[in-house]
Amino acid sequence: MTVNADFGVDFPSFTLALALHVEPGEVVALLGPNGAGKSTALRALAGLRPVDRGSVSVAGMVVDDPVANVLVPPEHRSVGVVFQDYLLFPHLSALENVAFGLRARGGGAAGARTTAREWLGRVGMAEFVDRKPSQLSGGQAQRVALARALAFRPSLLLLDEPLAALDAATRGDVRRDLRRHLDGFEGATVFVTHDPVDAYALADRVVVIEDGAIVQQGTLAEVAAHPRSRYVAELVGINLLGGSVRDDVLTTPSGGEVVVVDTPDGDAFAAIRPQSISLHLQHPEGSQRNVWRLTVADIDQQHDRVRVRLQGDVPLVAEITPAALTSMGFHPGADVWAAVKATEITTYPR
Amino acid sequence: MLAGIAIVFFALPFAGILWRVPWSRFWDVLSAEATRRALWLSLQTSVMAAALCLVFGVPLAWVLARVNFPGRRAVRALCTLSMVLPPVVGGVALFFSFGRRGLFGRWLDAWFGIQLPFSTAAVVMAQTFVAMPFLVLTVEAALRQHDARLDDAARTLGGTRWYVFRRVTLPMVRPALVAGAVLAWARALGEFGATITFAGNSPGNTQTMPLAIYLSLESDPEAALVLSVVMIAVSFGVLMGLRDRWLGEVQSA
Repeated sequence: MTVNADFGVDFPSFTLALALHVEPGEVVALLGPNGAGKSTALRALAGLRPVDRGSVSVAGMVVDDPVANVLVPPEHRSVGVVFQDYLLFPHLSALENVAFGLRARGGGAAGARTTAREWLGRVGMAEFVDRKPSQLSGGQAQRVALARALAFRPSLLLLDEPLAALDAATRGDVRRDLRRHLDGFEGATVFVTHDPVDAYALADRVVVIEDGAIVQQGTLAEVAAHPRSRYVAELVGINLLGGSVRDDVLTTPSGGEVVVVDTPDGDAFAAIRPQSISLHLQHPEGSQRNVWRLTVADIDQQHDRVRVRLQGDVPLVAEITPAALTSMGFHPGADVWAAVKATEITTYPR
Repeated sequence: MLAGIAIVFFALPFAGILWRVPWSRFWDVLSAEATRRALWLSLQTSVMAAALCLVFGVPLAWVLARVNFPGRRAVRALCTLSMVLPPVVGGVALFFSFGRRGLFGRWLDAWFGIQLPFSTAAVVMAQTFVAMPFLVLTVEAALRQHDARLDDAARTLGGTRWYVFRRVTLPMVRPALVAGAVLAWARALGEFGATITFAGNSPGNTQTMPLAIYLSLESDPEAALVLSVVMIAVSFGVLMGLRDRWLGEVQSA
């Protein structure tokens, strides 16, 4: 039930190119900003959008390969899909929604309903079998959609932003239950999200897509420790500076200089945690090797911490305590000194 | 105020008819052989026309709503032309294409011995010709509003195109389908111009209710009034049922 995909899909404005290998039982998150091509990737895997080049195979069967003239329609693929807004059939009850896949695949109506009832019980919806989708809450509809996608035992499960339509209160519960069902699912799972919390909670592996291409992949911890794009850096809340290193000094394209340690010469990234940056009204006297004069762009006050965005040769986000902000008392537009130890900066080749 | 004038404008003519109807002769006229034949023929042909509209109109609506092809606008205009054309023109067009000397009619006659004009089949053809656009436009609008992603979802669950159409698309556009069929049927029932031009006026064969009313206006105006009231009652009943149906669907959605 392995999924092997290496394909391209062309659009007037951009091209999606994706190579993906997912083992049975593995859960892969496609993480990326809106418009990166994540949903298109799911549509290609499901067979709702033919690929323009490359191939897709599910459970050892080639389902799409334009060169070999193979295109298996969605109904003959073993792929279950949970759509972003679930797309439950409004004229059918929860039970008939879940039974739909079994009946469409040639199961008898009575047997399909029995299996559907079991699945609704499994997702905790036993009491709602006769409800119409319009009578279900967001979380309930999500569970029915999951049961519907899993009931015919697909080899590959696709989920498009499975938690995005839910409010914060139900999100946690649904996420936890989803994790449990994905753990019990023996096929491969690919889901799309733009929320690293979902990726962290659900995925074994993260594939980051930007502008139609993979920019980074690995476990979320690996990706978070060594972000390779602004998007990933912002997502995990870390400062990322790209530039070229010479004699342990990284020079950014805008001319800023960052002192680093033990870094070979050449193009590199420098990652700086916002918490390791200290802010001062006067030039600090400490041991820090990096001290920059920067301008406060804006101040984002959260309940127990303050994120200060700084502009200048080395644009940074620093995180300080509310107490520190009160004692320094600066406002957007003020000039401050930002300091960070060279040993606090992580570097890795670009 | 203006709305009130409009309502009165619609109400007065019917009041005028009802006031003049010779109620004492009502059953005599209704039970007359000629009336019964005209009524029966009207019902038969209009139901057949409505059925033909469904069989051909639904696929046509689907193509117009879902398939992108060059000249789609022209095709849509062509297929709904008969709705805005004077029905007599439609009848003339049918006559000169399917008549015995018509462009296609002569081949039908020569090869199959089929002569369409002045037959009951011609009545059904004329009715279908003018009635189908009502169904096509209604169903096409519903298909356009229908969320095609639901069909996608059904495909991923294992439904073939036909299965998905039957179990998802069709049930979801059913209110429009019913409305379109009823509108087409009512239009077919009231068809006059195209019928008299293409099918003629042969009692029992091609003389439908509207034709019977028009002709009896000369010979027996009272009978014409009675027949008119029957038509008004049938049409009014259908429209009332249709409105309830629509509103019912809107409320439950």
